[in-house]
Amino acid sequence: MEWETVIGLEVHVQLSTASKLFSGSATQFGAAPNTQANIFDLALPGTLPVLNESALAMAVRFGLAIGAHIGKRSVFDRKNYFYPDLPKGYQVSQLDFPTVGKGQLTITLEDGSEKVIGVTRAHMEEDAGKSLHEDFHGMSGIDLNRAGTPLLEIVSEPDLRSAKEAVAYLKKLHSIIRYLDISDAIMAQGSMRCDANVSIRRRGETEFGTRTEIKNINSFRFVEKAINHEVRRQQDVIEDGGRVVQETRLYDADRDETRPMRSKEVANDYRYFPEPDLLPVVIDDAYIEAIRVTLPELPDARKARFISDYKLSEYDAGVLVATREMADYFEQVAQATGDAKLAANWVSQDLQGLLNKHHWDITESPIQADRLADLLKRIQDSTISGKIAKTVFEAMLDDTASVDSIIESKGLKQVTDTGEIEKLVETVIAENPDQVQQFRDGKEQVIGFLVGQAMKLSKGKANPAQVNELLRAKMGS
Amino acid sequence: MIEKTVAELSAALASGEFSSVELTQAYLDHIERHNATLNAYITVCAESALAQARAADAARAAGANNPLLGIPIAHKDIFCTEGVLTTCGSKMLHNFVSPYNATVIEKFNAAGAVMLGKTNMDEFAMGSSNETSYYGPVRNPWDLERVPGGSSGGSAAAVAADLCAMATGTDTGGSIRQPAAFSGITGLKPSYGRVSRWGMIAFASSLDQAGTLSKSAEDSALMLNVMAGLDMKDSTSADKPVDDYAATLNDSLQGLRIGIPRQHFAEGLSPEVEKAVRAALGEYEKLGATLKEIDLPNNHLSVSAYYVVAPAEASANLSRFDGVRYGYRCADPVNLEDMYKRSRSEGFGDEVKRRIMIGTYALSAGFYDAYYRKAQRIRRLIKDDFSRAFQEVDVVIGPTSPHTAFKLGAKTDPVAMYLEDIYTIAVNLAGLPGISIPVGTAAGLPVGMQLVGPDFAEAKLLNIAHQFQCHTDWHRQKPGALGKEA
Amino acid sequence: MALDKSEVAKIAHLARLHISETEADEVTNRITDILALIDQMQSVDTDGVDPLAHPLDVVQRLRPDVVTETDERERLQTLAPASQDGLYLVPQVIE
Repeated sequence: MEWETVIGLEVHVQLSTASKLFSGSATQFGAAPNTQANIFDLALPGTLPVLNESALAMAVRFGLAIGAHIGKRSVFDRKNYFYPDLPKGYQVSQLDFPTVGKGQLTITLEDGSEKVIGVTRAHMEEDAGKSLHEDFHGMSGIDLNRAGTPLLEIVSEPDLRSAKEAVAYLKKLHSIIRYLDISDAIMAQGSMRCDANVSIRRRGETEFGTRTEIKNINSFRFVEKAINHEVRRQQDVIEDGGRVVQETRLYDADRDETRPMRSKEVANDYRYFPEPDLLPVVIDDAYIEAIRVTLPELPDARKARFISDYKLSEYDAGVLVATREMADYFEQVAQATGDAKLAANWVSQDLQGLLNKHHWDITESPIQADRLADLLKRIQDSTISGKIAKTVFEAMLDDTASVDSIIESKGLKQVTDTGEIEKLVETVIAENPDQVQQFRDGKEQVIGFLVGQAMKLSKGKANPAQVNELLRAKMGS
Repeated sequence: MIEKTVAELSAALASGEFSSVELTQAYLDHIERHNATLNAYITVCAESALAQARAADAARAAGANNPLLGIPIAHKDIFCTEGVLTTCGSKMLHNFVSPYNATVIEKFNAAGAVMLGKTNMDEFAMGSSNETSYYGPVRNPWDLERVPGGSSGGSAAAVAADLCAMATGTDTGGSIRQPAAFSGITGLKPSYGRVSRWGMIAFASSLDQAGTLSKSAEDSALMLNVMAGLDMKDSTSADKPVDDYAATLNDSLQGLRIGIPRQHFAEGLSPEVEKAVRAALGEYEKLGATLKEIDLPNNHLSVSAYYVVAPAEASANLSRFDGVRYGYRCADPVNLEDMYKRSRSEGFGDEVKRRIMIGTYALSAGFYDAYYRKAQRIRRLIKDDFSRAFQEVDVVIGPTSPHTAFKLGAKTDPVAMYLEDIYTIAVNLAGLPGISIPVGTAAGLPVGMQLVGPDFAEAKLLNIAHQFQCHTDWHRQKPGALGKEA
Repeated sequence: MALDKSEVAKIAHLARLHISETEADEVTNRITDILALIDQMQSVDTDGVDPLAHPLDVVQRLRPDVVTETDERERLQTLAPASQDGLYLVPQVIE
């Protein structure tokens, strides 16, 4: 039986405002429990919400970035349910009139082709607090620091057809959000969270199958694993003659499986209605345009520019624009050196390799863009060879001295003194009479061997071009 | 001295006739004597009141002289008061000492008013008789067997019986105007958004409004001068200029156009109440006003629409009372659900639970359009009725309540109780200002008359009410029951 | 609209209220009476009428994104029925 997978993602992103969506409490990650929960966040009677202007601006920023319809009149609603981490007994969200309407983004598939994924909507809402299940004598502890932190919930169309597409979509979303600087979007810290709606159907069918919602997926890797697991589970259910039940399932990363959530057993009736403590949020064209002009160059546009301006390959450009910081880094090096190809190779290979090895983010790199540019300039002016440069690069990790003084102090400077090179060449000619004779007999490729011998003798410091030239001169070709 | 109006007390304090400490002590003594009978106060703040009075006297000695400086006030127990028990008339908050002040409280404190205590009320302001309070019913100082009206019944009784000089109240469907009518005092519900709701425990957010209970319209004007204004902490507070409500009290009523809604003089209205109201309208004619019959054709739907909108909003507003962060929690919950259900069932009284149930039902899946959206559409019709009326008249006047104060325990049927507010509820749905003033008595009980104005026309309403009080003395009538009790 | 006891039980659960067997009939009857009052609304045709959510025809004000609050945990947690190590305690939450 051939199955088609249908996936839609609901991504919650914590907007990186200083204060909460409706109160003046701080939103710092990792504060001691309940030290960032004021009287409004605790839902003390008589307290009232006032909307944070930055949260609204960030939502609009996102909407513009995905070419979405911006709601000129958005309305907050109350979503009613009881849970200890939800102090008011309702979550303020947006149901019928979200700030961001239909938009889209483009993902690149493994074969290099592109696919447009629809975004249904993105609405603002409050985050909930956290329940801590460590044992307090059979009780749970409630920390409300996170309660009221602004969230943007981004809902995709069910346009994704595999776990890999889902991951590509999520990474693209992450990239755009980071470019816009509207969220830290760190999945491990919960500032970006993903719920996946998954269903399967026989290929060729037009109706969707019954879907399940998988919650608690907190890394890109788990998105793929959780979806794949759920797809297999649904296939097994159907192939065993059963039916998929519409339910919410929790992904357990330790066991790599999903299981039904007990607390959601009874179908919820959220009783949405317009939040009467808030008025409609109305924005005009001037407001939207003022935000539009502040939008940075986004990954797709930047990639296109890298290809046309720097003559980079599709692949290199794609790697370099993945994060705004990486692209900025690359551009700084490319501009300082005037050699985009060289910069691209070093950033996407040597630097990226280093970062991967140490699990560093580019912002954590011990080698800043200006220092890498200094290093590449020394390759360009033949002070060092490309090979020696890799040694210098390694040394720069622990040594904060300038590139030049590292080269100097380690004695890595390329030998360009004609006298010294002459001595090297004479030694090589004397020690390899057979090869010299072969060369003189017209075996051109032997020159490579002889240059290599000279380089070895110089411990790599001799300028290979100069060696080549002198060898030929001395051997009288 | 305690029977004087705020305006009179203010003059007496200014002239040094007596001090705020003496005045405050006189009220405290009177409370001590009569509160056990009336049950108007849930909490009396004798010590802090005297400290505030001393501070007011010192400020006056230093040259301060604003109208409310040193005047004793009672606040409805729906306003959060820092360091003072704030119960909202509920067991749910029987132990809630608020950590912060409502904006209304801050404003009266800043004006130098002296807070005598917190007044009794229907639980979470849900009631029209003050019988739903966890702290027991309030008695009407005109007849101790009768209710003072509700939900601001404690404030109304306290003002009527001189247990304070003035009091705050809140009005969601008539909760200031109806108790003012039953207790023979003046009660003003300003336009929605005129007074900040920050720190005022919410019943129905789109209807709730704080206002005044006082011995005269002039006193209400002095109070509103302090209370009104934009508050950035309340998104629904209006960004409209605040008038000097005392400045226009003496404007002439010559040419005033009064609208008399036919629907407010229809079946169900007691003849004695109608007689008193018609007499008062005659008084206005003498002052140069003209009367014109008008229609509020959708008025009969106001109670129905209200009992969807108010319970729906309340059902969500009261979800925060869950026994987790403050307030009542049941003993020994066996699990989370048990904690929620028992804390809420034991902490809320029957009427509150009933309204939560109605609101939950009206919002539940499949009923939203038939109930909530329908009610909002009717709300629009009701607002439009008034807008049309105000194209022809300056003020709409009728009875506040169909009859005078009824006996304690007389209305056990919730629906009968809800219909008590048939003349007042539409005003909340439309967000308009309304005031009730005493205009006579029937069988020894006060009759109230309601004046309704266009949006933010408080100054005009107070002017119209004050002019009536300049030419009559119904507002000077005092209840007699307290003398007879022992 | 008349309600039966099972519907009342469902609403009570949504509202996290406990209604005992002995109260159930009384509660059901009262609510049915109130719904009858409410249903008078259905007598009027409101097609095409714009719903009015709020008496004020104004729009939401915005607050500058500034932290104005400080840590008041100690003071605020004195109000809590049960707390430990800065956390509010509730019977075990099961996900």
